Amino acid sequence: MLTLSGSALETGLTAPALFRLTTVPDLPAPLRAQRAFLMRGLGDVPEGYPHYLVFDRDPIPANGAAFTRLDEKFAYLSDDDIVHLSPHGHVRTLFRSASNHNSILLTEQCNNYCLMCSQPPKRKDDRWIVDEVRQLVPMMPRTTKSLGITGGEPTLFGDDFLDIIRLCKSWLPTTALHVLSNGRSFADVGFARNYAAVDHPALTVGIPVYSDDPSRHDYVVQEKGAFDETIRGILNLKRFGQRVEIRVVVHKQTFERLPELAEFIARNLVFVDHVALMGLEMMGFTRANLDALWIDPIEYRDELSAAVAVLRAYRIPVSVYNHQLCLINPDVGIAYVKSISDWKNEYVPECDGCARRDECGGFFSSGVKHGYSPSIKPFPHRHPAVD
Amino acid sequence: MTEKFLPVQDYLPDSGTYELLPFKFEPVGADEVILTNLTGEFLYLKREKLDSLVSHRLAPSDADYRALRARHFIRQPNDRATLDLLALKTRTRLSRLANFTNLHLFVVTLRCDHACHYCQVSRQSEDRQSFDMSEETADRALDLVFRSPNPAIKIEFQGGEPLLNFPLVRYVVEKAEQRNRVERRDLQFVVATTLSMVTDEILEFCRVHGIHISTSLDGPEDLHNRNRPRPGRDSHRKFTDGLKKARDVLGYDAVSAVMTTSPASLPRAREIVDEYIEHGFDSIFLRPLSPYGFAIKTKSYQAYDAGSWLEFYRAGMDYIIDLNKRGVRFVEHYSSVILKKMLTNDDPMFVDLMSPCGAGISAVVFNYDGDVYASDESRMLNEMGDATFKLGNVHSDSYRDIFASDALLSVLEDSFASSAPMCSDCAFEPWCGADPVFHHATQGDILGRKPESEFCKRMMGMIRYLLDVMRADPQAKSIFMTWVNS
Ligand code: SF4
Ligand code: SF4
Repeated sequence: MLTLSGSALETGLTAPALFRLTTVPDLPAPLRAQRAFLMRGLGDVPEGYPHYLVFDRDPIPANGAAFTRLDEKFAYLSDDDIVHLSPHGHVRTLFRSASNHNSILLTEQCNNYCLMCSQPPKRKDDRWIVDEVRQLVPMMPRTTKSLGITGGEPTLFGDDFLDIIRLCKSWLPTTALHVLSNGRSFADVGFARNYAAVDHPALTVGIPVYSDDPSRHDYVVQEKGAFDETIRGILNLKRFGQRVEIRVVVHKQTFERLPELAEFIARNLVFVDHVALMGLEMMGFTRANLDALWIDPIEYRDELSAAVAVLRAYRIPVSVYNHQLCLINPDVGIAYVKSISDWKNEYVPECDGCARRDECGGFFSSGVKHGYSPSIKPFPHRHPAVD
Repeated sequence: MTEKFLPVQDYLPDSGTYELLPFKFEPVGADEVILTNLTGEFLYLKREKLDSLVSHRLAPSDADYRALRARHFIRQPNDRATLDLLALKTRTRLSRLANFTNLHLFVVTLRCDHACHYCQVSRQSEDRQSFDMSEETADRALDLVFRSPNPAIKIEFQGGEPLLNFPLVRYVVEKAEQRNRVERRDLQFVVATTLSMVTDEILEFCRVHGIHISTSLDGPEDLHNRNRPRPGRDSHRKFTDGLKKARDVLGYDAVSAVMTTSPASLPRAREIVDEYIEHGFDSIFLRPLSPYGFAIKTKSYQAYDAGSWLEFYRAGMDYIIDLNKRGVRFVEHYSSVILKKMLTNDDPMFVDLMSPCGAGISAVVFNYDGDVYASDESRMLNEMGDATFKLGNVHSDSYRDIFASDALLSVLEDSFASSAPMCSDCAFEPWCGADPVFHHATQGDILGRKPESEFCKRMMGMIRYLLDVMRADPQAKSIFMTWVNS
């Protein structure tokens, strides 16, 4: 796991600031003024950067410029990454140019309270984030392929949320934007219309639907009436021609009616652009509610097969994420996506010698740490391994 | 579970607070019913559950309650999405009606080289003047075709054998294309032909103009030749040669085949399907024979009742399902029409299985002499001296005269199955349709008396068969799901 937020060893900053990093010593002067210089070991210290980052025991810039000293946890930082530094030495990495999964957490507030939330909501007013994002978006490289907007529930900021989308369209016109929302705000036709009116060229909103049974969905998100608003939100979004992805986390409370949910989607929401069926991540509330949520994926493999078959029959694009290959039926393979995190795929000791490890997404590091299926079984090699 | 999370019971609605939404039901076996709603969704319930349901005693914790709410048979007063979805699905189902006429049939000649027993209209005459459509008639018909508001226009050439008057086919295609440079409709052409007289020149014309071929294959050689007598008794061989040639030039997908079920076909469902497979087709239409027209008039040819046709249908379907399970993708179109209405919100607008009926809406027929009919069957009926469904003539009547004629409007009005006696209470009505021409021909009544109707008997038989199969065999249901979405 990357450390995205932590403390600096020391800092000479006097006011909080966002910096885009560079390791290029001879940038033209006008660009230097907009970057922090990332020092690696010894070497000449170029002049003209407003701030410098140094690691561990490396020497400080001899020119006496302001610098922040980081420890090796931040060694991953590289060109075009964007960090936020505070005068108290707090460091937050907001953008990593090497990643295809950058996202902006717009708020930690939410109007749902999902049993398995990986980012437990907080009540605190955090509208300050919007201002930071207004600064951040124009600093991002224009070549960024994709960007997520998450929360909490990012739409809770209403017009400010729409402003951020507009800002992304203006500054990052070729960056695909993926919003994660519970969809309830879009039940308001006016809001859905305004969202569509932004007319972003590559915008998708991912909305969770956990059951075809309203009470079951409401229970999972711990909010009465949420299902009704979410469905009406999806209808409004599609009415205005917006791209919508339905996201289903499969666990003990949702697996039983998974085939019925697929039929519900096929019958009522056949026009959605994608359905993602996802395994449980051992993060946030999930660990508190483990007894209520955990089920060995091998036990719902038939429900998963049935759901994939229905969605595929209705020509609804479907992907299965966050699952281990040895726990799904072969007929799910066609929808299987080898993707766990943007950092690296992790495996467990049981995986040793598995013939299909290259195709398998493996585990979240949270899974490796906090528990995973006892049914992991490596695929045998067709021929006994030589050596 | 930690304290701050509430248990699932807290999210169930209060008992007895649900509202019933429109649905109909039909008994299945001794102690069950099947429920359908107006968008064609369905589920099974025990009879006693039905009683609890309608008396508002069904408990929110009951699994049936969940299914009923999820499929929009009931709703809680706050469920607004339910009504939005029902409305949306209903609109989707009916949306194609607003497009009005799509299929325009041109009977370019009544002359034919075949003398099929079940054919009501063909002539063996050599007299070109009397039974061929003229260019003038075709021009008038085209005027009407382009009056249709439908963005998609399909012109199908029929006969007789349309290849006997191919110059007129050329004429119509070229004229229509010319007009379409301004009209910009999605314009398609089909020629319905036995292929016995197809030439390289004809195929080349079809290729250049993207014309599809709809041909006839009734079954194995002996059956096909018996159904379709022509001088030389070589109908099947001519078909085989023509099919190969047509596919060579036009491509595999441009050639399809239709099948007519003669009494001699009835015991041979499997062989007929096999014949289709042998010729490389991936679908069949197990089409019942119209029980009126020439077949009855000549008495030489006994038609059959719905019961015997259903036996044939079931045998064919059992075999087709088995084929699909063995990995041979093969679709039966008649079932597909019904299944589409059961499993999706789409109504394929098949003339005989629509409500209101498809007369004039989904298809209109221009006869060789300029007479306009509501359907192919109406034209056959007219051949027997019954002009009930004749809408007018291209030479004497305007678009308005024809498409706002009493002959058409009253048929449409009377063919809403949802308001027809018996159909209005029938749980199968969302999947069924109205066939006013059939009921008029057999019962002298457009609405028809359904308890005595062979149409109703056939529909009930097919629907029950399909329901039983889907319930007993999830694999077959999966196969059907792929049929309705192809
Ligand atoms: S054994 Fe490990 S690598 Fe192999 S499929 Fe299972 S989880 Fe994946
Ligand atoms: S024709 Fe028969 S099966 Fe069809 S809706 Fe009417 S009563 Fe029902």
